[in-house]
Amino acid sequence: MPRMSAKSTQKLALACIWGTGVVTFLILLVILGYVLVQGVSDISWSFLTTAPRGGLSGEGGISTVIVCTLYLLGLTMAIVVPLGVGAAIYLSEYAPDSRLTHLIRYGTEVLAGVPSIVFGLFGFALFVTALHLRFSILSGALTLACLLLPTLIRASEEALRAVPRSHREAALALGATKWQTVWRVLLPAALPGIATGVILCIGRGVGETACLFVTMGGTSALPTSLFSGGRTLSMHLLHLVLDTNAFEKALATGVVLIITIVAINAITNWLSQRFRARMAGGA
Amino acid sequence: METKDAKIEARRFSFYYGKRQALKEVNLKVWEHQITALIGPSGCGKSTFLRALNRMNDIIPGARAEGEVMLDSQNVYSPGVDVVELRKKVGMVFQQPNPFPKTIFENVAFGPRVLGMDGKVSLDEVVERSLRSAALWDEVKDVLNKSGLALSGGQQQRLCIARALATDPEVLLMDEPCSALDPQSTLRIEELMEELKERYTIVIVTHNMQQAARASDWTGFLLLGELVEYGKTTELFSRPQDKRTEDYITGRFG
Amino acid sequence: MKKRYLIDRSSRSVIFILALASFAVLVAIAVFTLKEALPALQKIGLLDFLLGREWRPTNGQFGILPMILGTVMVTLGAIIFAVPLGVGCAILLAEVAPQRVRLLLRPAVQLLVGVPSVVYGLVGLVLIVPLVRDVGGPGLSLAAGVIVLTAMILPTIISISEDSISAVPRSYREGALALGATDWQTMWRVVLPAARSGIAASIVLAIGRAVGEAMALVMVIGMATAIPLSPLDPARPLAPSIALETSYATGLHRSALFAIGVVLFVLIIIINSIAIMVMRRGGHAQNVR
Repeated sequence: MPRMSAKSTQKLALACIWGTGVVTFLILLVILGYVLVQGVSDISWSFLTTAPRGGLSGEGGISTVIVCTLYLLGLTMAIVVPLGVGAAIYLSEYAPDSRLTHLIRYGTEVLAGVPSIVFGLFGFALFVTALHLRFSILSGALTLACLLLPTLIRASEEALRAVPRSHREAALALGATKWQTVWRVLLPAALPGIATGVILCIGRGVGETACLFVTMGGTSALPTSLFSGGRTLSMHLLHLVLDTNAFEKALATGVVLIITIVAINAITNWLSQRFRARMAGGA
Repeated sequence: METKDAKIEARRFSFYYGKRQALKEVNLKVWEHQITALIGPSGCGKSTFLRALNRMNDIIPGARAEGEVMLDSQNVYSPGVDVVELRKKVGMVFQQPNPFPKTIFENVAFGPRVLGMDGKVSLDEVVERSLRSAALWDEVKDVLNKSGLALSGGQQQRLCIARALATDPEVLLMDEPCSALDPQSTLRIEELMEELKERYTIVIVTHNMQQAARASDWTGFLLLGELVEYGKTTELFSRPQDKRTEDYITGRFG
Repeated sequence: MKKRYLIDRSSRSVIFILALASFAVLVAIAVFTLKEALPALQKIGLLDFLLGREWRPTNGQFGILPMILGTVMVTLGAIIFAVPLGVGCAILLAEVAPQRVRLLLRPAVQLLVGVPSVVYGLVGLVLIVPLVRDVGGPGLSLAAGVIVLTAMILPTIISISEDSISAVPRSYREGALALGATDWQTMWRVVLPAARSGIAASIVLAIGRAVGEAMALVMVIGMATAIPLSPLDPARPLAPSIALETSYATGLHRSALFAIGVVLFVLIIIINSIAIMVMRRGGHAQNVR
């Protein structure tokens, strides 16, 4: 075969590249399009405000599921944010440059990649069984918090490190103590970045199923306490698909999920913009 | 002039970064209400010396000081010294203007707030007084809520000066404050320094010899950690005693 | 005045405690999983466990070779498709596409990264499985799993590779173009090699995600316990197996599930360590934002 000229190679390559773009866009279209188009018709006010009634045909709506999801996310964030931001502050500002610190950072990075089902197993063993918390929102929240912790630590630490060193120096030169520097200069400056990390974690939590599946129980009743079982939106979708034949409801649930993710992405983007603007001046 | 008191005196002061000796037994007197300039080629130790005066070097791991630095006859390196109090008395302005990402008001008010001074005198007064001293008040008095980062380079540096003055220091240390600024802003700041010296003692590090010759009363020349020569600026530049000084100021090296 | 120093010192302790708690969590996970897995590993024996071909908990048989093979096959299949597609799309976004297309495609990719796995599984079940069934077999198959997994890891590869490609300094491109190279030659011979470590890291991360994916695969891959001999056969990778059986497993069975978890854990650690090494060696300045 004669060697192709550079120009024809380029044309071929360009065609292939555009091809990949088309395929990717199609995938997006198929996933989002199918779910949104098919599912939107089943969304109604009653869908959102009635409780699921169970049974093979998946009667009812998703009201208790929504409540449970919010409850779970709130509890999870209350646990993971202080721990994660605290650990990030420690790593960024207080930790000595020692082997132990490097080890801790390495451990955090590796754990960020552990699959959620393994966290689910762990949560099942520790929270549900050993600590006798049973299948409950508390077990789910603790497990989810463990899952999200490495991600939040990493995002927060990055945000803190992005604050220029000169700010720390200026604050110290003015007579501030270390904690005052952290509290009054660094945290406010890093806040949008940290907030982005928190919102990202919320987004991930919304989509999580594997680790909650085995720790939360999955009842569709309205949760009455930390120790009640529960079911989140993603878990509900799974239930509808595997245990019932109510595909339309599953698709409707999918729509709610996707809309939530879109909203979260939009907020994250807006926060990132603000972060960049603030660091560069203005606002 | 010499009858004024020495505000700061370094006595056989040496400084080490780990094993490397950055300053070798420096003896220097900084006179009150005068502008003292430190010049020398890169790496000669002038910034190290400046930062030793308000113990900003403490934050560098492996940093170690020997000898004494007397501020008003008290050694700032003696064990019981409250570093935070020291930094209230000795303020610092950095090479790159570095206002906080906060409003102009909050930038200037930062020092008084963290030092717990916000009870005694109203912050508004302190902020106005400091901005006036830094010759910035007229330009920003209506926009105190604007971000400090929205100002021009020269204005940002004057903001940093105001910020440092807000803690009511006695000494102002300036580490190459004009190197990131255009000539016009530089001139303004040099004029400002001349006004400020009536109330403060100023020590400035500069790599720009013309600036030292123009703007300071006393000049010290450092080379490889050693204070080679120190004296009145006019004399040092016209009749340098040491050959190394002469070589440096005539541009033969550095 | 003294209050300041009190706050400074006590806050230091508080921060330290918070950090310690966080790290304790991370350590606890490894320790606990191992502890729960130990009975199974001891009773069954490591080699019998890893290489056994039969998984029949009721019979006391706990061989996970079919599961390991299932994970390997579905991951490999997904990577084979996702890497060319992903890198190609990354090049498209970073270099080729006009601004309008980029404005459309980038948020789309970002959205795909965030879509929950159950939604991918749902679409896979409703659209892909029937398609595969038309070709042959039960539909719930390795092929369906590969297609769904490809869609899932594609956005990861695209977004990280695109960051890497964009981060290559303009001067490299300009140097090549000034010598008379075409755009494609510049891309192929200069830019891609320069972005190599970031792209490799994205692939390794995608592999990690594929290996760990449980829920979407539970829905489409069939979960039969035999070794799949063709893409149309159902398969049963490691992660979905854990998900399926955890809630009702007891005793040795449960311990065996933890042992599978340990296998996954070790696999992921190896994969992520490679990723970290690759990223550090390449010295690429990418910030995952």
